[in-house]
Amino acid sequence: MADIVFWIISALTVMSAAFVVLNNQLVYSAVALLFTLFGTAGLYVFLWADFIAGIQILVYVGGILVLVIFGIMLTNKIKSVRISHKSMQQGVGGVVIFWFFIFLFLALTKAPWAVTEAIEPVGTVRGIGILLLTDYLLPFEIISVLLLGALIGAAVLSRGDS
Amino acid sequence: MNSLESYLFISSMLFCLGLFGVITRRNAIAVLMGVELILNAANINFVAFSKFNGMNLDGHIFALLVIVLAAAEAAVALAIIINIYNNMNTVNIDDVSELKR
Repeated sequence: MADIVFWIISALTVMSAAFVVLNNQLVYSAVALLFTLFGTAGLYVFLWADFIAGIQILVYVGGILVLVIFGIMLTNKIKSVRISHKSMQQGVGGVVIFWFFIFLFLALTKAPWAVTEAIEPVGTVRGIGILLLTDYLLPFEIISVLLLGALIGAAVLSRGDS
Repeated sequence: MNSLESYLFISSMLFCLGLFGVITRRNAIAVLMGVELILNAANINFVAFSKFNGMNLDGHIFALLVIVLAAAEAAVALAIIINIYNNMNTVNIDDVSELKR
């Protein structure tokens, strides 16, 4: 049962990602990105990463996707929901990416991964919180300053000259 | 059942699709969507290695930092794209070549 759900979720993720990069309507791409992000959150649940899955939905679906749709709406003269945009050199790009994928596939099947089995934890929030305030305190502070800088920078950039 | 390889397989597919989007799309926002796909693939790898390395939570921290970076990157990139649109009336990245002239 869990296997079937896993493969359904991964098929949803990969197929909607393909839709994102192959479809010619920009808004449809954005909506397909929603399904990719939800599918990724589902994969995190399979990986016992409950906190990351929640953050994925909060930040990606609730924040970044809304920003992307705002960006689409602000950079097009909107006549209808069909905002088309072209791709270039899909043939050459497809061939290159295909062989690159073959390379990655061979690498990941041939490599001797050292897998350590683990028991399923009750939750990861406590462990992540402890790590963030002990071992990873400096990256945590740096990333918060970076987020503040990006916030101010984005506000200043998008205000224009006035 | 779900081995490490299956997660790596899915994330490499996501990565390749994102890279394909980045190199073939010509709308700057569509390129940004490709970058988001690539970052998601990297995140799946981090969390998968974290689980199959004895539920080591370090990978989760890295995934969190990547999500924060993606949010910051999306905000700044969209501000830049909107500025480009206001100045040049296009978001086609082939037309935005003022610095090359």
